[in-house]
Amino acid sequence: MVKVVSGAGIWLAILLLAVIAIAGAQDSGFAIHMTIVAIAALIGLVVSVNKADYAAIAKGILRTPDETRYDDDPIRWGVIATVFWGMAGFLAGLFIALQLAYPLLNLEPFFNFGRLRPLHTSAVIFAFGGNALIATSFYVVQRTCRARLAFPQLARFVFWGYQLFIVLAATGYLLGISQSKEYAEPEWYVDWWLTIVWVAYLVVFVGTILKRKEPHIYVANWFYLSFIITVAMLHLVNNVDIPVSLLGSKSYPFFGGVQGALVQWWYGHNAVGFFLTAGFLAMMYYFVPKQAERPIYSYRLSIIHFWALIFLYIWAGPHHLHYTALPDWAQTLGMVFSIMLWMPSWGGMINGLMTLNGAWDKVRTDPIIRMMVMSVAFYGMSTFEGPMMSIKSVNSLSHYTDWTIGHVHSGALGWNGLITFSAIYFLVPRLWKRERLYSIRMVNWHFWLATLGIVFYAASMWVAGITQGLMWREYGADGYLVNSFADTVAALHWEYVARAFGGALYLAGAVLLVINVWRTILGHLRQEAPMHNATFNEAADRPAAPVPAE
Amino acid sequence: MTDIKHDGPRIDEATGVETVGHEWDGIEELNNPLPRWWILSFYACILWAIAYCIAYPAWPMISSATQGMLGWTSRGELAAEMKTQEKERAANVAALAGMPIEQLPGNPALMRAAVAGGRAAFKVNCVQCHGSGAAGSKGYPNLNDDDWLWGGDLKAIETTLIHGIRQPGDDQTRFSQMPSFGRDGILTPAQVSAVTSHVLALSGKAKDSPAGAQLFTENCAVCHGPDGKGMREFGAPNLTDAIWLFGGSRQDVIASVTNAHAGVMPAWGNRLDPVTIKMLAAYVHSLGGGEDFIEQAAPAAPATPAEQTNEQP
Repeated sequence: MVKVVSGAGIWLAILLLAVIAIAGAQDSGFAIHMTIVAIAALIGLVVSVNKADYAAIAKGILRTPDETRYDDDPIRWGVIATVFWGMAGFLAGLFIALQLAYPLLNLEPFFNFGRLRPLHTSAVIFAFGGNALIATSFYVVQRTCRARLAFPQLARFVFWGYQLFIVLAATGYLLGISQSKEYAEPEWYVDWWLTIVWVAYLVVFVGTILKRKEPHIYVANWFYLSFIITVAMLHLVNNVDIPVSLLGSKSYPFFGGVQGALVQWWYGHNAVGFFLTAGFLAMMYYFVPKQAERPIYSYRLSIIHFWALIFLYIWAGPHHLHYTALPDWAQTLGMVFSIMLWMPSWGGMINGLMTLNGAWDKVRTDPIIRMMVMSVAFYGMSTFEGPMMSIKSVNSLSHYTDWTIGHVHSGALGWNGLITFSAIYFLVPRLWKRERLYSIRMVNWHFWLATLGIVFYAASMWVAGITQGLMWREYGADGYLVNSFADTVAALHWEYVARAFGGALYLAGAVLLVINVWRTILGHLRQEAPMHNATFNEAADRPAAPVPAE
Repeated sequence: MTDIKHDGPRIDEATGVETVGHEWDGIEELNNPLPRWWILSFYACILWAIAYCIAYPAWPMISSATQGMLGWTSRGELAAEMKTQEKERAANVAALAGMPIEQLPGNPALMRAAVAGGRAAFKVNCVQCHGSGAAGSKGYPNLNDDDWLWGGDLKAIETTLIHGIRQPGDDQTRFSQMPSFGRDGILTPAQVSAVTSHVLALSGKAKDSPAGAQLFTENCAVCHGPDGKGMREFGAPNLTDAIWLFGGSRQDVIASVTNAHAGVMPAWGNRLDPVTIKMLAAYVHSLGGGEDFIEQAAPAAPATPAEQTNEQP
């Protein structure tokens, strides 16, 4: 009873604060955001009051969860959220790709490129990727620790709190609320909220590791933990800013000028490094050996490449600021650490691919394995391309061009996207206790649509980027620059169309994912010739039985 | 926390490699060594990084960073590249600097160099308003035609570039201000409509009205001339041709008479060096409508394209 009252009390307090903030809001964007917060608090209040089992409380019975099963509710929600936000993010991406090819599609003011672009990047990285990371980390940490989630209520708060963060960030972009820092656009109050959610996430994750029944911590959990801790640090430092008013949305950053740029790209690069690389490597380290039913290739390689990766990655950010006001020595630092990062990154690729030793035939029979292999291959490709682009002489051509966009997407669509899809395909039948996916053959179609889409995307952006870079630096025989900026934009029209086509293919593949996940959850089975199905021992899918007291 | 005991290392059947002996949710680990090519490549990258740090600026010290053995700096590299380009252009720049622009057509080789330089400078400074093909848009004149508000010979274009049009703070700037006949109540809406009919009739786009012609003579002819052919000393446009800076529909003309336009072009003399301005003048002059210098005195003279300098495709 005390718990119910205190829970409801917190929600009521948040609700009241939000209402006060609406009343005193300095700008309409802040008022809208506080309305969203108030609605969220109201929902929290209603749920916490309604959920209380008063009869049980009156009888003094404590409802205890089934300790013989893993705590999978937040994971089921997380999988659905991942699919939902993924679709939103891919759709926004396709739309802004079309805007670049056909500028008429800029619908002022809410749907212009400037507002939709951060909506796309945040939706795919933080909403799609973030939900995938949170859901899979909760799944993996329980299984590899043989323990239920620590602090189940806090885990639920992490899920819903994170969704609120996404809604505030996304609506903020459309309303024009942004602190204009790439991948860190949300304003100060959204940052504060994310900090609270993230600390809760850390507590749940570390708490679960501490109550583990296994003697050792599995490598996937090293990667998840490094991702959670480093993202917390990056987020805090890059969002040190001063709100103009505690009742307004605007703030100004503490670091200015080139220091601000360096902090921003230290953050931006390590968001790639620890969010999109370390976190997703954790997914790979669990789902690839599970689906392949093979041991990890090399324990020693895991250790060496893990520590090398996290030590080296954190220094590589300055390569985003080559040939700028950043001092030469700092540019050198960013470049040499990026080069040294190449092999540690590839360590993950080797461990992923070589885990298939003894099971390579599954690439033929199992489209999920095929997707994982393609994902790791794209990981290897983009972690080679990245260090190469950090070399100053390459960067002087590639910087500010679409080559960078192509590079990012071969990593994001290829590596992050495909490993997430394969993890979802692995998880859904297990989480909803289905015999298998609705359709394995649709996974195969998804694989080919996504792969073809990425090929169109990356190839068109290589051509576009190199064309752009060469046109910018082109000097005529008379000793003068040849092209105006608008000339270079006009030259890229068909590349932009090809890129949008690639994006459409990728989105079409994701539509198949939605259908497949939906039908699997409903318990439907498509009548089709089987390709392959990994065995699943439901009896073993539970924490260690409590040791009876002697 | 160590309740679970595993069996310890075993030999993996498929690969013949020993496992480490750990197991998590069925996942085991093989005890393969680090791939040799991998660790050697890793060492090679580290050695290369160390060598690079010795050769290039790298280590931050108390007051400045190490300079590197090659003495390279990014500013130095930029300066060297700019110097190379400067050297290539030095002869032409020197010749242009010492030559009044009126004499430029007498030196076709220099004219060609000036047009090339002007084309590059135009792409950086002018395309934002006049468009990359210099075709302009509503409110921004098309520079390809032979219709010049303030004069189209080299000297007149150079003057416009240096002092701009209606540039505040430049006392030699091109300046004029058409009254807002409708807004300020100089003409009633009916009169605006009548005078618009006359203006459109000048280029054969409407039926003339005697009242409109009368109003035109009283209010407009002082700047646009009795025949509506414009006057360059006021930058007053020729109203008899098909070229309209702010649109030539009846609605557009009524709008212009009601609320007069007064476009501004910056005075580039404050921002660009005299040689670049000469080059820009030569380029704009070469676009198709450039007038010969001697014909400056006759404002309404038909334009003669300067064909020997016309490099526009």
